[in-house]
Amino acid sequence: MAEYRLMKGNEVIAEAAIRCGCDGYFGYPITPQSEIMETLMMRKPWEDTGMVVLQAESEVAAINMVYGGASCGKKVMTSSSSPGISLKQEGITYIAGAELPCLIVNVVRGGPGLGTIQPAQSDYFQSTKGGGHGDYRLIVLAPASVQEMNDFVELGFELAFKYRNPAMILSDGVIGQMMEKVELSDVKPRWTDEEIKKISGSWATTGKTPDRDYHVVTSLELDSAKQEIFNHKLIEKYKTIEENEVRYELINCDDAEYIFVAYGSSSRICQKAVEIARSKGIKVGLLRPITLFPYPTKVIQSMLGKVKGFLAVEMSAGQMVEDVRLAVCGKVPVEHYGRLGGMIPTPNEVVKALEEKIIKG
Amino acid sequence: MTEVKDIIKEENLVYSKSKVLTDKVMHYCPGCSHGVVHKLVAEVIEELGIQDKTIGVSPVGCSVLAYNYLSIDWQQAAHGRAPALATAAARLMPDKYVFTYQGDGDLASIGTAEIIHACNRGENIVVIFINNAIYGMTGGQMAPTTIEGMPTSTSPYGRDVKLAGYPLKITELVAQLPATNFVTRQSVHTPGAVRKCKKAILKAFENIGQKKGTQFIEVVSTCNSGWKLTPVKSNEWMVENMFPVYPIGDIKG
Repeated sequence: MAEYRLMKGNEVIAEAAIRCGCDGYFGYPITPQSEIMETLMMRKPWEDTGMVVLQAESEVAAINMVYGGASCGKKVMTSSSSPGISLKQEGITYIAGAELPCLIVNVVRGGPGLGTIQPAQSDYFQSTKGGGHGDYRLIVLAPASVQEMNDFVELGFELAFKYRNPAMILSDGVIGQMMEKVELSDVKPRWTDEEIKKISGSWATTGKTPDRDYHVVTSLELDSAKQEIFNHKLIEKYKTIEENEVRYELINCDDAEYIFVAYGSSSRICQKAVEIARSKGIKVGLLRPITLFPYPTKVIQSMLGKVKGFLAVEMSAGQMVEDVRLAVCGKVPVEHYGRLGGMIPTPNEVVKALEEKIIKG
Repeated sequence: MTEVKDIIKEENLVYSKSKVLTDKVMHYCPGCSHGVVHKLVAEVIEELGIQDKTIGVSPVGCSVLAYNYLSIDWQQAAHGRAPALATAAARLMPDKYVFTYQGDGDLASIGTAEIIHACNRGENIVVIFINNAIYGMTGGQMAPTTIEGMPTSTSPYGRDVKLAGYPLKITELVAQLPATNFVTRQSVHTPGAVRKCKKAILKAFENIGQKKGTQFIEVVSTCNSGWKLTPVKSNEWMVENMFPVYPIGDIKG
């Protein structure tokens, strides 16, 4: 029987983690995502599934605990919001360099610096282009509802283990704080030692048994020629991810002359904007990227020839719009509309921006 | 006349290299303490029969490559973060023996938050802390543990406490925390010291087997390359100058 609840996006992250058999959560309080750890502490999953939940001394420590746990082949995760995610970049690049699976949740708030505790989408570059040092990518999932906050926990872990790569849920203060009806996932047990051996037995640090050589989880390679080979291996992995894992949603795009491109909470606003625009006779559709890396570049390219212009709507100064422009390559106008600093655009503002920036353009 | 090869027989063996040590040639400078401490850790793991249960966490610094020399599973941490990795490993795999191996720059400078809090939570881990009062790997810069007046490449006129603060006695500091179980300061500059140090490492690993909480072993060590002294002179310099600041012996437990 499906189990429905009215829950906050943040709360459901915690619930989904327990239900998908997560082994460990390591976090540090920061607004607007503290409900994730609060919910876990209230639920006490260690009494139930044996899941470890620990409040670390800092975001830096939390992500490095994730690094240590992931090295053991365990399903581990952390969550934070923008300033905290900046602190985690060191650990994230090590995890990417050591090719470890893990899940990172960013409930984005406005910046730069301490910025604001209100919602924003200004961490797109940081999430999709690297964030930390070195050439690496995260698998980035952008939920647009509380239901997707639930669903993407399991999906994030699945993709992270499939590719031995950190995955990120790039949410924002709206999705994290709002309450919606959610169908909870079925409860799955945590992996047994035998299952971990089967899934990650070729690399996890679970103790050197006589039947195998010892395992080293490291991102260090002092021989440049070998490091370059490793970098190419990573590039190949990212290409495979781009080929196989693009996820997106198209709303009213079949006859559309104009396209809103928006993810997360902005896509919810754009859904309403599509309705308003269509009532005014403007044929507009919405492309909602669900994966931000890999980005639905080919979907945008497949629209060229039919579409007269794209408006990227995001609560940033214009970050994702660069990926739209890269896909469109100057063939039709691409403009950006966004509000900043924790301000949220209204559907009417978005329609007005479409009319002024693209249609009148 | 008896040939030497005739004497080399199983029954005549009084000492052999630990099976937990690999055959790789160590990159450490001749006279460096790391090699000796590695050997002691390997011997303890072998004697306790816990090779299949031990997870090491290596630092950033000279001993970043510790994983080349001990045949156990290893995680290689970011600079200073080894106690965070070990925290997760020990909590997620409570039947395992998890230890960190860290230098003074790693543990007492960039990793102060991680070590203090791991110790304060009483994580069931062994911490091996090599204090040679200098950054070895990067070429002899001042460390948090560099003693007053000691010249390094970033304190070429000697550590001036007005400029750089005082040598950090982090071992005394962690001993103050209620959750640390065994805190000791050892050295490996004489056969006697080596035996005592091994005894401490053995005790620490036995203690985490009994879930007693954090075990902290500082080894006051030499870095003859960084100190620009011969190995023998380094030992003398250490005894004369470092032991008064970092006295050898058990502090707690």
